[in-house]
Amino acid sequence: MVERILVQGNEAICLGAASAGCHAFFGYPITPQNEITEWFARELPKRGGVFVQSQSETGSINMLFGGAATGRRVMTSTSSPGWSLMQEGFSCLANAELPCVVVLVQRAGPGQGTTRHGQTDYTSATHGGGHGGYKNIVLAAATVPENYEFVQQAFHLADKYRNPVIVLTDAIIGQMAEPLELKALDFGSLPPKDWALGGKKRHADGQRRIISCGQGQVPIEPYTQYLYLMQELDKKFKAIQASEVKYETYKTEDAELAIVAYGSMARVSKEAVNAAREQGLKVGLLRPITLWPFPLQAVKDLASNGMKILVVEDSLGQMVEDVKLGVEGKGPVHFLGMLARHNPTDGGMILPGRILQEIKSLLL
Amino acid sequence: MVETQEKIWVSGSPRLWFRHKSGARQCPGCHHPITERLIAEVVDEMGLENDIVLVTGIGCTSRAAGMFKFDAVLSAHGRPPDVATAIKRTLDGEPIVLTLQGDGDCISIGAGPFFNAVARAEKITVIMANNANYGTTGGQMAPTTLLGQITSTTPEGRTPHFGYPMHVPEMIAPLKGVAYAARGSVHTPANYQRTKKYLKTALQKQIDKVGFSFLEILSACPPDWHLNPVDSLKWIEDRMIPEFPLGEFKNVDKIE
Repeated sequence: MVERILVQGNEAICLGAASAGCHAFFGYPITPQNEITEWFARELPKRGGVFVQSQSETGSINMLFGGAATGRRVMTSTSSPGWSLMQEGFSCLANAELPCVVVLVQRAGPGQGTTRHGQTDYTSATHGGGHGGYKNIVLAAATVPENYEFVQQAFHLADKYRNPVIVLTDAIIGQMAEPLELKALDFGSLPPKDWALGGKKRHADGQRRIISCGQGQVPIEPYTQYLYLMQELDKKFKAIQASEVKYETYKTEDAELAIVAYGSMARVSKEAVNAAREQGLKVGLLRPITLWPFPLQAVKDLASNGMKILVVEDSLGQMVEDVKLGVEGKGPVHFLGMLARHNPTDGGMILPGRILQEIKSLLL
Repeated sequence: MVETQEKIWVSGSPRLWFRHKSGARQCPGCHHPITERLIAEVVDEMGLENDIVLVTGIGCTSRAAGMFKFDAVLSAHGRPPDVATAIKRTLDGEPIVLTLQGDGDCISIGAGPFFNAVARAEKITVIMANNANYGTTGGQMAPTTLLGQITSTTPEGRTPHFGYPMHVPEMIAPLKGVAYAARGSVHTPANYQRTKKYLKTALQKQIDKVGFSFLEILSACPPDWHLNPVDSLKWIEDRMIPEFPLGEFKNVDKIE
């Protein structure tokens, strides 16, 4: 009997972590995701897990580094200003090849920005962020159930590739409540973490283990030269790009115009698509789910059919650049962004009616 | 509990240390290899080889991560206390976690992680190797640089314009979560033996689950002090020790 509950988006994150066997959470307060930190503080110790409130987000991400080094499943969550503080940490996690999950509940930036919704972290999340050219896998949730499912998938992908995985949502999805079926997902088996450490007695071969964020600089097997590390990372990122792209299409088969949008903007765009269809306009929606690896081929396929492309993002234009990359100059890429919000406050939104207006101006 | 061992005449390399790698990589007269040797001997004599995890930060102490025959983590600049906190707590307090950091790593960029590990009374042990400058990068001012000391960013000598040297064990001793805070040196054999005892005491506080333990070790850095190795020993004796007195500043068996 599968349990079905009405739950807040932020709490769904936590339930997903619990289903995935997350053992430790290191976090710091920041709006609009405090429900996540507080849930872990209450619930993880009851379930035999570990909760630590760090002194800052730099503390969170470096605690994550240490926790991940032990091989246990560990995560943190934050919002955009805290995300910025974590970038050095991501660079180090990438060099050290440590698996972990980080939930980013976006709020509009830059700087302190607002405490409410926005999609202004796309570029930072997908193209780093930190120095060094690493890549994070980024899963963009659009619903409360996706919060729950993507966190579980994130843990699996993190372990599979020995890489951080970001679950990207925003203030709206975090604060809204939707029905959720509680079902732990099984993504298949994974090799044991022979590289993890915690004292030499834990290693079957009796040999020490080293984990380093400076692999290539301080020579440690197997990367005794810098380029050996980069060759390995190159292989890894290419493997992820080849195997893990995920997206959803809605009514694009006969469309003359396709909207490309992710997360909460995809939901708003879907309403606009439905409204447009009711008026006889052939409109569809491509919703990237992995923002990295980005579904370039899916975008390319849409553009090859001569379809008009409209990117809707609650920003000044970030994902639109990747869409243009995918379109490869085959046609114009239009953009509707945050300046089209219905009012200029932090609560303003790009509404379906406004998107419909844009669709009409492009199609009629 | 640790059994006392018969005194062993140590000649050559401690069992748990890859000495040949260390010897080739540090400057003439550097005290980091002495500190590494001290750690290797203490871990061996206390029987901690299979339970210990060493966490290093960024600086000349980084390399220590690869020097020992036990688990180690090389983490970002200033972050060892965060990483150590997580390793200790994620594994439910089982491993013995020791950090080895320079003075800049520990108390400049690392001040946030360090003081908050103290605030949370983490049951970890932190070693701060104090050579009064940022050695790896060519000898810039550090929090423990002495007044009048010439560094590459205080070319006329440090003045109160940039404050005063930080006294770390004194500063944290009054804090409740601190079980042990001491300062030693390795510039004479007698001080080496004393500092070795300090490290054993510090690690015992962790084994006994008392609280946070801290050991500062004064370290020579001849190239960045612009002194030869022998004069560096004198500089420790004549300039550093008057500023940074040796001894135990806190040693408690229980924190109520």
